[in-house]
Amino acid sequence: MSELIQRVDLIFGEYSDQKYKVLEEALKRPNDDIIKDLLDSGLKGRGGAGFPTALKWKFTAEVPSDEKYVVCNADEGEPGTFKDREILSRVPRKVFSGMAICGKVIGSNKGLIYLRGEYKFMLPELLKELDTYHEHAKKLNHNFTIEIRLGSGAYICGEESALFESMEGKRGEPRNKPPYPTTSGFMGKPTVINNVETFVNVLMICRIGPVQFRKLGTTDSRGSKVFSVSGDTPKPGIYELELGMPLFQFVDEFGDGDTKAVQVGGASGFCVPRKKFKDTIIGFEGVPTGGSMMIFNSSRSMYNVLHNYLDFFEEESCGQCTPCRVGCQQLRKGIEAVKRGEKPVLYLEQLMKLAETMKITAKCGLGQSVANSFSSIVSNFKEEMIY
Amino acid sequence: MATKEKSKTKNITIKIDGQDISVAEGSTILEVARKTNIHIPTLCYHDDLCVAGNCRVCVVEQIGARNLVASCATPAAEGMNILTNSGKVRLARKHIVELLLSEHNADCTKCYKNGNCELQNLASEMLTRDHLFLDLVADRHYSIDKFNPAIIKDDSRCIRCQRCVRTCEELQSVSALEVANKGAHMKISTFYEHPLFEVVCTNCGQCVNRCPTGALIERTYVDEVWDALYNPKKHVVVQTAPAVRIALGEALGMEPGKIVTGKMVAALKRIGFQSVLDTDFTADLTIIEEGHELLSRLKRALVDKDPKVALPMTTSCSPGWIKFIEHTFPEYLPNVSTCKSPQQMFGALAKTFYAQKRGLNPEDIVSVSVMPCTAKKYEADRPEMRSSGHKDVDFVLTTRELAIMIRQAGLDFESLPNEQYDSIMGVSSGAGVIFGSTGGVMEAALRTVYEVVTGKEIPFENLNITPVRGTEGEVRKASLKITGTLPDFNFLEGVELKCVVANSLVYAKRVMQEVRDGKADYHFIEIMACPGGCLGGGGQPIPTSPEIRAKRKAAIYQEDMGMTIRKSHENPEVTAIYKEFLGKPLGHKSHELLHTHYKARQRY
Ligand SMILES: Cc1cc2nc3c(=O)[nH]c(=O)nc-3n(C[C@H](O)[C@H](O)[C@H](O)COP(=O)(O)O)c2cc1C
Ligand code: SF4
Ligand code: SF4
Ligand code: SF4
Ligand code: SF4
Ligand code: FES
Repeated sequence: MSELIQRVDLIFGEYSDQKYKVLEEALKRPNDDIIKDLLDSGLKGRGGAGFPTALKWKFTAEVPSDEKYVVCNADEGEPGTFKDREILSRVPRKVFSGMAICGKVIGSNKGLIYLRGEYKFMLPELLKELDTYHEHAKKLNHNFTIEIRLGSGAYICGEESALFESMEGKRGEPRNKPPYPTTSGFMGKPTVINNVETFVNVLMICRIGPVQFRKLGTTDSRGSKVFSVSGDTPKPGIYELELGMPLFQFVDEFGDGDTKAVQVGGASGFCVPRKKFKDTIIGFEGVPTGGSMMIFNSSRSMYNVLHNYLDFFEEESCGQCTPCRVGCQQLRKGIEAVKRGEKPVLYLEQLMKLAETMKITAKCGLGQSVANSFSSIVSNFKEEMIY
Repeated sequence: MATKEKSKTKNITIKIDGQDISVAEGSTILEVARKTNIHIPTLCYHDDLCVAGNCRVCVVEQIGARNLVASCATPAAEGMNILTNSGKVRLARKHIVELLLSEHNADCTKCYKNGNCELQNLASEMLTRDHLFLDLVADRHYSIDKFNPAIIKDDSRCIRCQRCVRTCEELQSVSALEVANKGAHMKISTFYEHPLFEVVCTNCGQCVNRCPTGALIERTYVDEVWDALYNPKKHVVVQTAPAVRIALGEALGMEPGKIVTGKMVAALKRIGFQSVLDTDFTADLTIIEEGHELLSRLKRALVDKDPKVALPMTTSCSPGWIKFIEHTFPEYLPNVSTCKSPQQMFGALAKTFYAQKRGLNPEDIVSVSVMPCTAKKYEADRPEMRSSGHKDVDFVLTTRELAIMIRQAGLDFESLPNEQYDSIMGVSSGAGVIFGSTGGVMEAALRTVYEVVTGKEIPFENLNITPVRGTEGEVRKASLKITGTLPDFNFLEGVELKCVVANSLVYAKRVMQEVRDGKADYHFIEIMACPGGCLGGGGQPIPTSPEIRAKRKAAIYQEDMGMTIRKSHENPEVTAIYKEFLGKPLGHKSHELLHTHYKARQRY
């Protein structure tokens, strides 16, 4: 490992010596203190959108309600991402503790984990650890139970409001926003929904304090991040790295010497071409990522890469809203038509405009983010789209 | 899903297209724009339904926001600055309509909704003539369900707005239509994609009323009726339901709430029907039969203490309700009045009594009905409905189809004179007219039953029993204490007759659940499957909205007040038919022709 890249051991680091000790400590603190720590830490959600976690919790805490929920999003459907699986299998206790702290802070006694259907095999281990958690919660007099629900394999069910619909037994279709989950989430009740990794970060902030946490990363992107590295790399796998690193350092470390582009953030993320590696920061000030880093070398056809993504979106769109349902089909058929010479090259401009419309009119993040990969690939690899 | 109505208390100010507007907090941007007479196009939005926010044609620009916002789904907030027609908005809308058209079988000239289609209107508004995108229709396999006698579902015209799905679930609690698949394959489907007539669909047609395109339409019999009219060997009679006369005008360019009874009769005569008759006549007859049925059930319960008597009794004139109860509460079928609907009573009499009186061979009679209803198309096809020995009602037309025939005949509807129904079976009472509104059957029945039992007029000013006049969105309960009974009905002395009125199947379901859970002690339940009753039926002019239905309702009660005869038992033709033909209420002939039974059906 080069010296430039900072490896971190926060998320996957050792458990505290005594089981559920950090939780025990946290339960003794005033809620405002914990929220203030989260605010000071600068923690932003790790599920993709990067919303400040402190605010999410604060808003939910402030809504009066007889019932509130804490939901852990473990749907992990983004192509090229497998870090939540790793977290849940290596440090489940940290996830449960983070959720339990959230329960205390917002005033909820019910936590739910929405686990990707394909991760069913992890269930026995998780349930065993959950038993231990519940024992400790009882001992600590913390009335907060956690339940695991299995997803049904649709990517869209990772979108928070579709996830609630799915857990309520309905078809997984995103809802209108507002209202946001903080006021109306699962069962219409105020809900905090966070990514698996976000909950672990919360726990670590409680353990090491916000000052220590802030030492990692940059002003806009505090802390570390678990990356799923795949594609043309000699060392694919899961790595916990500091946020805010320049992309060229990442490529130096993980590339195979012939890297042509990196897709940051999976199918819904951005494609960064070689010439922009130097000026690209991985983080909320640059190119954000939920964890997926796909590396492509010069043997790859970017047309095929894009085509694959579009196939994926066309299939995984819930289909309810016009721009996304029909737009995805048009983009896919559109690049095929240009490739075959049935449409003029100029048609790509038309498609870029369409992608922009999808971005600003689609009902949820899925349709809104198709333009990310589409526009970044088409504008940076135009020749590959045509010839 | 956002809810439409919230408590609206505080006022806020927002700017729309440069204009400052003060509105109640909780209103959506769309509602504010409409109040200000700013037109924002919509497709998935419907006044009767909860907000879906899926078509996205209603997007507007909110200054400072990253994305456009769906105006139908976004609450107005203090200080918002909205542009409804900026360049960004116009391009986005055009894209969206073009996208819809790219997966749409848009051969409008072969489409039933040509001329009354929200997508077509929008396309014309957007000047979509340059085909921005590729055609996606060619390599699709869209299915058409055309096996149903009432409703046709053509997926190739569907824009997936889910209005139908929401209608079927929210208004009707039937959920016969649901969303299947995702992505490009997302579609509106039924249980395992069975045809509509094999599933729980009640044929109420509420989805048809709200479908913005030609994807859900009634099965039309316009051509069949013209053929019959042109056939010199046939004698074609037509009956018109109460709710048609107060809505037909809408489909011919008139304002909602206009009473056009006389013009409608004139039009039917000019079209060539040999006899233009009134379903209101058999509505009156229904009241006599059903009223006596109720009294006989009450007697068996109160005097004979017969444990087998099924009470409460429910009305049976809404065929959507009949199919609903067959599927959903089959154990309560004995509670349903055995009376046929007025349409089917009429049909049975047309080919017996009427044929006899006119010296016609029933085989030569073609019996047509004009109904506000699509479920009556299905009803006319039921095997139970052949008690004359023939199909009692040959063709059922909706109000909309009659409007088509009037246009086809080249009539200038508004300038037609007012003409009178023919006789026999053309005289009716105000009680028959109000069958067209929720609460109407109850009111008509009470006007008669009370008088039969006490010998006195029901003690309400002008006979207007307002407590049972149902309203949309609620279950209306009322009770009436009976005193001063005639000797035959002493068993009812002091009895508090408990009635309940429900419209829309979602409320019917609530009432039946109460009954099932033993939480209700009703005697008589009136149920109409459609919002507002028949006046909001699935065969009525499109569009529909709470305001439009309120105007139709006012017209119905106005028509009732204008009638000289207000009570069914005072209809002279009704008295005459008992004397000449039927004998007595619930008599042998009545049972043969006017009553029937229904069967339990599967629950999916
Ligand atoms: C199509 C789509 C799929 C998503 N899938 C996931 C997912 O698998 N896991 C996840 O944590 N967030 C996912 N999200 C983001 C969630 O909607 C939500 O923002 C997130 O769970 C919030 O957690 P955070 O604040 O901790 O990031 C997805 C969003 C979209 C639009
Ligand atoms: S953007 Fe796509 S996934 Fe999201 S609601 Fe619309 S159709 Fe469904
Ligand atoms: S549904 Fe409307 S747009 Fe489509 S073919 Fe019919 S009339 Fe034309
Ligand atoms: S059938 Fe009609 S109402 Fe239903 S989704 Fe299609 S277009 Fe909309
Ligand atoms: S006709 Fe009525 S019951 Fe049938 S699908 Fe339409 S709304 Fe549902
Ligand atoms: S009318 Fe607003 S999204 Fe369809």
